[in-house]
Amino acid sequence: MRVLALAAGVFLALAGCSRQADVSVGSKAFTESVILGEIATHLAEDAGYSVEHINFPGTRLAWNALIAGDIDVYPDYTGTIIQETLFSENLKTDAEVNAALAAHGIRMSRPLGFENAYAIGMREKLAEQLGIRTISDLKRHPGLRLGFSSAFMERDDGWKPLRERYALPHQDVTGLEHALAYQALDSDSIQVTDLYLTDAERMLYDLRVLEDDLRYFPNYDAVWLYREDLETRAPEFVAALKSLEGKISESEMIAMNARTQIDKVAETKVAADFLAEELRVESEVIEETLAQRVWRYTLDHVFLVGWSLLAAILVSLPLGVLAARSSSAGQVILGIAGVIQTIPAIALLVVLISPLNELGFRGIGTPPALVALFLYSLLPIVRNTHAGLKDVSPQLVESASALGLSPWARLRLVELPIAARTILAGIKTAAVINVGFATLGGFIGAGGYGEPIFAGIRRADYSLILEGAIPAAALAILVQLTFELVERSVVPKGLRLKAEG
Amino acid sequence: MLELKGVSKSYGQTVALRATDLAIEPGKTTVLIGPSGCGKSTILRLMIGLIRPDTGTVYIGGDELTAENALQVRRRLGYVIQEGGLFPHLTSSANVSLMSTHLRRPKQQVEDRIRELAELVQLPMDTLDRYPAQLSGGQRQRVSLMRALMLDPDVLLLDEPLGALDPMIRAGLQEDLKPIFQTLKKTVVMVTHDIGEAGFFADTIVLMREGRIVQCGTLDDLVKRSVEQFVTDFINAQRTLIQALEGSSG
Repeated sequence: MRVLALAAGVFLALAGCSRQADVSVGSKAFTESVILGEIATHLAEDAGYSVEHINFPGTRLAWNALIAGDIDVYPDYTGTIIQETLFSENLKTDAEVNAALAAHGIRMSRPLGFENAYAIGMREKLAEQLGIRTISDLKRHPGLRLGFSSAFMERDDGWKPLRERYALPHQDVTGLEHALAYQALDSDSIQVTDLYLTDAERMLYDLRVLEDDLRYFPNYDAVWLYREDLETRAPEFVAALKSLEGKISESEMIAMNARTQIDKVAETKVAADFLAEELRVESEVIEETLAQRVWRYTLDHVFLVGWSLLAAILVSLPLGVLAARSSSAGQVILGIAGVIQTIPAIALLVVLISPLNELGFRGIGTPPALVALFLYSLLPIVRNTHAGLKDVSPQLVESASALGLSPWARLRLVELPIAARTILAGIKTAAVINVGFATLGGFIGAGGYGEPIFAGIRRADYSLILEGAIPAAALAILVQLTFELVERSVVPKGLRLKAEG
Repeated sequence: MLELKGVSKSYGQTVALRATDLAIEPGKTTVLIGPSGCGKSTILRLMIGLIRPDTGTVYIGGDELTAENALQVRRRLGYVIQEGGLFPHLTSSANVSLMSTHLRRPKQQVEDRIRELAELVQLPMDTLDRYPAQLSGGQRQRVSLMRALMLDPDVLLLDEPLGALDPMIRAGLQEDLKPIFQTLKKTVVMVTHDIGEAGFFADTIVLMREGRIVQCGTLDDLVKRSVEQFVTDFINAQRTLIQALEGSSG
């Protein structure tokens, strides 16, 4: 009965995170996209809608969420749509793009004004020294160290086809976070990187953009992608979005990026200031104190950790028992739990979107974070339950059977209590790992300590990173201590004596 | 009371017990003895249904032992193993009362029974609140015996109950156990490899070798009327050592 009640609680926790706002805005998790998302957010508020804003770690997640209806709009670039999102459809003209988007129920605004093409750049001084002006010039210097953002390394319009087009001979090519690329350039650990034309760091680090002499990179006009049904659901919001067409120049965008990247002004404030100046739209920027923010992160984080762990315990214990009872089932169960553990978090989050939608949950925000954490928590608990039960000596199992205890009573009265310490250690491991993993909630709008951590990485703002990292570490220690207290009440005294003596 | 008819058991290629008939006399102590791997413990485990026979049938009080009635039947049997098999997470009294509590017997009745048994096995009452890790080997076996006797079984099965104890404690416990068996008038089946212990307890000794019964009878029968050379060898193997020592000192 208690188990049923708990299971119902877990389900309600998931269901409780269904969508509440009228309008949901998405961004990709880099400064420019987040600023544009904040602009859209302020516009929606100004038009009288309740609104939420979620950052995604990549184009694929944002696009999937848009198609699924988990978000209504996000800013993207025409080049990305043609070369990556809808690459397989081999689109050429704007009309073809619009038709292809319409097939998904998506519309595209006209360009917002600035272009944010990919470009290849290096430090001005070094470029001058080596006499490099164009990408073709790189061929003459095969020893250069190249470092590209992970996204650029993987994109269909990224590094691989670029290397082919220009027949670049370089061997020393590494992938790294875009936010770290400029520092890597500065310290000379890489010498050439990809950048965006509107990157704020272009000013800060004195970078030369190499001429794309073979015209490899397509146009990257910034546009809004939004759901068709938004026009009927929030017509004034769509009108406000369209009012920005052609309104944001490249220099304005660079300046906005610089305010966040270099002056550490929050994206929401930068967006509000832009709207006030450009469209005379006044928006309210809510300023939270540090304590308020950390408290909000903590509530979200504990919510994620608590419910996912509870669900994992409810599922793992029976699975662990089953694994200990039957060695063939054990191999399957431990194998699957092990494989789940190796799935990268981002891949898992992408994969989860559509099944969650099928089940009637949101594919972004809290539900996928809970499910991912739940899945990652399974292995330590299943493995320790299995190991703990296997460690109960055969003599004791036999004695329990000989008393006339049924297998179920034997499990409950003898085997589980004796295995309690090992099982609890598994739960503790899962909980501590979970506190760390739950920061991935910041990836997909589930909140928690990951929110300031990812924002901090994005803005290269270390104090912001610490706002998440320090409480996360403290929480992990607290969880550890709590479990040591719990161990005293859960692990029978007779077993602790044995360990001491 | 307890009977095996044509019972055999193999593990893969290894034959643990050849087709065997054995009737245990009610109210008497029967001791199964023989070298390691002779099948004596296998018989005990077949009797309590921990393992199922490949062929043949085990009868308990006239009823056929089946997988279905095994749980019920076990409550009419008490079982003690070498190291006691006490549950480390429970106190002595909780070990003893585990099954009664599980069966929801009245609390007072359970407590009275524990007191009665503690007296019988001569275990001080304060020992009952201790955990197995806090007890001596001899105390553990006494608690284990209490646990086996708790539901007042018709039959007591003891698998080398004194095997892990040092000689002094072992001798003391032997002295205490024999009168207990005599007072209780229970059917006792004990496994041991010590011929002296067998002779001390047994009304009937069953000598086994390589999965079959070699001879059944009293110690006197085995010594004086052995059916094959192995019986004499087995008995002498344990006797000659002392005699050799006595001979050299005398």
